Amino acid sequence: MVSRSGMGQASGEDAIVRQRLKLAGIIALILAAILLARLYSLQVSQYARYQTLSLDNHIRLQALSPVRGLILDRNGVVLAQNTAVYALKVTPERVPDMDLMLAEVGQIIDLSDQEIIAFKQRSSRRPGFKKQLLKTQLDDAEAAKFAVNEYRFPGVTLEAVLHRDYPFAELTAHFLGYVGRISEKDQNRLEEEKYKGISHTGKSGIEKQYERALVGSTGFEEVEIDAHGRTLRTISREGAIPGDNLRLTIDIELQREARRALGASRGAVVAMDPSSGEVLAMVSNPSFDPNLFVDGIDHATYSALRSLKDKPFLNRALHGRYAPGSTIKPIFAEVVMEEGIDPDESVFCPGWYMLPGSTRQYRCWKKTGHGRVDLHAALEQSCDVYFYEMGKRLGIGQMSGVLKKFGLGSPSGVDLPGEPDGLVPSAEWKLATRNEPWYPGEDLITAIGQGFLMTTPLQLARVASILATRGIVVQPRLLMSKNDPLSGDPKNLNNKKNTQNLHINTEAMDRVIRAMTAVMNSPRGTARMSGRRSAYSIAGKTGTAQVIAIAQGEEYDEDSIREEFRDHALFIAFAPVENPKIAIAVVVENGGSGAGVAAPLARKVLDHFFLKALERA
Amino acid sequence: MLRRKKLLFDGPLMIGLITLSFLGLFVIYSASGENFSVMVRQGIRLGIGWVVMILVAQISPETIKRFSPHLFIVGVVVLISVLLVGVVAKGAQRWLDLGVFRFQPSELMKLALPMMVAWLMTRDKLPPTFTIILLALVLTAIPAGLVVIQPDLGTGIMLAASGLLVIFLSGIRWRHLMMMLATVAAVAPFLWSQLHDYHRQRILTLFDPWADPMGSGYQTIQAQIAIGSAGIWGKGWLQGSQSHLEFIPERSTDFIFAVFAEEFGLIGVLILIVLYLFIVGRCLAMAYQTKETYSRLLIGALALTFFFYLFVNLGMVSGILPIVGVPLPLVSYGGTSMLTLMAAFGIIMGMHSRRRLMT
Repeated sequence: MVSRSGMGQASGEDAIVRQRLKLAGIIALILAAILLARLYSLQVSQYARYQTLSLDNHIRLQALSPVRGLILDRNGVVLAQNTAVYALKVTPERVPDMDLMLAEVGQIIDLSDQEIIAFKQRSSRRPGFKKQLLKTQLDDAEAAKFAVNEYRFPGVTLEAVLHRDYPFAELTAHFLGYVGRISEKDQNRLEEEKYKGISHTGKSGIEKQYERALVGSTGFEEVEIDAHGRTLRTISREGAIPGDNLRLTIDIELQREARRALGASRGAVVAMDPSSGEVLAMVSNPSFDPNLFVDGIDHATYSALRSLKDKPFLNRALHGRYAPGSTIKPIFAEVVMEEGIDPDESVFCPGWYMLPGSTRQYRCWKKTGHGRVDLHAALEQSCDVYFYEMGKRLGIGQMSGVLKKFGLGSPSGVDLPGEPDGLVPSAEWKLATRNEPWYPGEDLITAIGQGFLMTTPLQLARVASILATRGIVVQPRLLMSKNDPLSGDPKNLNNKKNTQNLHINTEAMDRVIRAMTAVMNSPRGTARMSGRRSAYSIAGKTGTAQVIAIAQGEEYDEDSIREEFRDHALFIAFAPVENPKIAIAVVVENGGSGAGVAAPLARKVLDHFFLKALERA
Repeated sequence: MLRRKKLLFDGPLMIGLITLSFLGLFVIYSASGENFSVMVRQGIRLGIGWVVMILVAQISPETIKRFSPHLFIVGVVVLISVLLVGVVAKGAQRWLDLGVFRFQPSELMKLALPMMVAWLMTRDKLPPTFTIILLALVLTAIPAGLVVIQPDLGTGIMLAASGLLVIFLSGIRWRHLMMMLATVAAVAPFLWSQLHDYHRQRILTLFDPWADPMGSGYQTIQAQIAIGSAGIWGKGWLQGSQSHLEFIPERSTDFIFAVFAEEFGLIGVLILIVLYLFIVGRCLAMAYQTKETYSRLLIGALALTFFFYLFVNLGMVSGILPIVGVPLPLVSYGGTSMLTLMAAFGIIMGMHSRRRLMT
């Protein structure tokens, strides 16, 4: 053992070390207190913050997209559906080198410059952890090629997504509308909560009108993930509820027939059931492929379509504003009788009309004149002079009253977005908007459906349907029922028919309808060629609307006038006369005469409608 | 036999160490992702550690003191050789492959360095003269420097701390202490330039871990989330989402405290710190009671180094100190460092137990 003096030393030394030990102990306690203060700060003061961060770390709330409702025609033919397509999506945050990734992915599957630019635009506006679409509609070969290489591209995933698809494309574009990617503008309009996990929304037509029913509701799934992003388990799940299926009143076969009948012409056809207001066909030509819009149309294609003179995006059936021409005459004929003017009183038509004290000639379409015409003959042969005289007698006040009664000058209330008013002029209107008085000459041209009067093809179809039902105004509609997507049962069916009886004098109505029937089948009827040999009775009225004013003493020569200034051809009709099942309005822009162009076109549609019905029966 | 019995048991310290060891096993089980075999392996290591502790406790303080220089010289030689022929593990040369097992020579130095400095200090009267202090500093710097260039900054710092603690306990005059601090402050810019880039990054990260949340700040952030999200009561044993879903890197080794804090909350943290303070406090009391200066210095330095481990580890995990690789003593998974610690407690117990024999 080492000597005691070697190990044990002076007591002064003991004191020194003991003092230092105490000091060190105190310092240790202070350090421990610092640690505790830090831990208290983390675990108590900042608990809520770290609690949230921890949950954010390992709990992901994933939105489950609902399936958008299908849209069917009245016979159950699918007009809008959802098809599965492969899409390439990118989570920008997880991509180490974006340009390198794009270049390498581009070697595996085709990536167009447009796709890359569109992707970069989209991803620059959204946070980096949100998935952005890079390319959609990959075919099976591309999908397979990418799938084997997927491991090389962190942050890039191949997903099967449901894609809105319109199998009839151009044929249904206008009334059905289309869905498109939710834009910033839409985001202001749509409730954010409801649209989590939903990328598309209805942009026009039925898709927009019934967005709420179609969209369904988003489901949510809470999943736990680990540090590597693997999903470990589902904590809770609330399934998405698919949107309602919509059954429309449209008969796609009739629609197709109307479109075929229009051929290359610009124009519109609207057919409806006069008793219910169900729109059977609503055609506007030219049209466009709505499928182009679903994933965002590229700018070049869009502006090319947009700048076309023919305006394919315009739904002429709903938004087209046309002077009704002579198709308006049955309405005035009715009011003539209501006002107590004897329908048998005849007016002499020399081919022109002059207001007393004026030298201005108002021409009849028939230069040689119709001779003496009563109301029946005037409608049958569409005599303008007779209606000039009646226009003079009635005046604009009476005329605009009856036009409004027949639903002109205001939206019909059809279930499509953005329906325009059309225009029914009045003296007050003219003074207010043009600061000019109403001239007597304007009474005359209004009486033959020219001048300021503007109607839409849908409004004209409704006029035909009011005539068909002898004064029952119905609200046109395209929706037949909303059906539960799972059970297929119709739900919240709106049976409340918005109808209104105009209580028109029966005798007056009879006379008008008799005259409209004569239009189709009397030897002098303007549309006799179109009424020939029909298996069912038709009542109709032709119209030819001037697009440009013809100067006094000048001739309208179809061949010498530029196409876009030629007359619009119009026609309204309903059939069968005794028990009308269909009312129709046809407008062919710059088509020429209503009798020559619009009426035969309507006949084709009516034939199809009744023959099809016969076949089915 | 009677004498041996007396030697073996310092009741309070044993209770503290046993409690901590068992607590550590529970935490290891959770931190390893409920891997039972990991826990068993740690248990075996602990068992070996206890045996080592008891064996070391039998060595007489005189022997320890006498062989301090020899052990130190061996340690330095081995440290130099490990730089020349060491096995590279985790990017650093720390291991010496002795065929049968791998040996980490810096562990030996954790005991040999404070022993050596204490030996030096007790050669003369305390407080130490300036020359002795300089010599002690050189003796401290040599092994610490050798370990830092392995590179193992964490262990290097701990070694330096153990040497400096002996100097402090030996009653270094305040003006000498101030001179030392001034010198450190003067050479700090030079040291900074000598640091590895990742060390510099770690120090910078300390100030703003959110500057690079997916990169250099990741560990710090995830550990803080684990600790903070526990609240007062914790998420419960085996219920820590941060650890079980692998958000915490090094969760069973250097960052095991984050796992513990996440599952047991502030209450658990408080208990753990009190337990450590109890052990350290008991050791300091033992040093106080010991009658002989060498033992007193060594016990004090070892106990305070043990505390320093705790402080650095908790400090780095909770984000008030830069991340240096320092394990949580007796809890972190790993073999050699645990044996060293148990050997240190063996020395402490042995020296304390024999205090009366030496008076």
